[in-house]
Amino acid sequence: MYVIIVGAGKVGLNLARELIDKGHEVTLLEADRRRYLVVEQELSHVVQYGDATELWVLERAGVQRTDLVIAVTGDDEDNMLVCQVAKEKYECERVIARVNNPRNLQHFKLLGIQPVVSATDLILRLIEHEVPRYGLVHLLALEEERLEIIELEVQAGAPAAGLHVSDVALPEGSLVISVLRDGRGFVPTAETVVEAGDQVLLVLDAGLEDQITPVFSFLPEPAP
Amino acid sequence: MFVLIVGAGRVGSAVAKRALASGHEVSVLDEDPLSHERLEDPDGTTWEEAGGLFTVGTALEVDALVEAGVQRADVFIASTDGDNTNLTVAQIVQRRFAVDKVVCRVMDPARAAWYAEQGLDTISPTRHAIEMFERALGIEDH
Repeated sequence: MYVIIVGAGKVGLNLARELIDKGHEVTLLEADRRRYLVVEQELSHVVQYGDATELWVLERAGVQRTDLVIAVTGDDEDNMLVCQVAKEKYECERVIARVNNPRNLQHFKLLGIQPVVSATDLILRLIEHEVPRYGLVHLLALEEERLEIIELEVQAGAPAAGLHVSDVALPEGSLVISVLRDGRGFVPTAETVVEAGDQVLLVLDAGLEDQITPVFSFLPEPAP
Repeated sequence: MFVLIVGAGRVGSAVAKRALASGHEVSVLDEDPLSHERLEDPDGTTWEEAGGLFTVGTALEVDALVEAGVQRADVFIASTDGDNTNLTVAQIVQRRFAVDKVVCRVMDPARAAWYAEQGLDTISPTRHAIEMFERALGIEDH
């Protein structure tokens, strides 16, 4: 099978490795020059430099004869348009798109792009299943560095709700790095007031999340 | 007419001001609050005083489009500085909100041509520039 993968980030690179291992022919497209040069060290001619939303880049990669196009860049618009063009202009029958922001799922559907894969959505569903009590999402775990980034929803009545960021009782080794409110994210200052309903992003030493979740959750006192 | 313009850069803001001056209702959506300055009249009249609407938001967020009035728009113009944003949002607006006229700026002439074949009204400034240079050189097609 001949597969074109768009986006040589972690997902794209690992996919390429796996597919090559399984004996498939792969071309990986990367628009960022620096990333391309890094990946090229390992994959040499398998990776090509260029913006796959441009038609000639797809054509150079052989989109006319491809069996499958997989768009896994970090940009949903790019993933949507690459798949749309591959399907409708180059009549590639099979496309797979990565959805970065689950809110964009509806747009992929509207443009007829499926199947789609949304890591955030998958994890959210797993979490709802496993730990319905906390709205906790692990966004990133840097194993070697022993660091994690998590996202939490601030529940009404939680100890942190209504406090300045500087007054929130967080354990040593953790830090609020971003607040998402009304669909927009910003980096808080010490004076930023944490509000119920906010999504807060924290960076923390691995293993601290059990101390952090209660700060942003409303836990009724156990009945006497 | 109610005109909704996404992307208040040089092009978007100029079109917005002209449309408002021509008596249309004009709403502008841009993710950068500072882009509002481009809509001000040189004499100091603000965009709102002149009767314009302005919403801060991202075009792909349906809530932002709705807040900016997409449901009653007669014309939709996608003029952000990103081809991919313009092509995506124009298609969403065309398919989901059934706006009568959807016009979309696409710098890349190849995609502007292909999407035009698919029924999207595209404008490619790059295409126009190429044609004008060709004319200046006397090597245009006709």
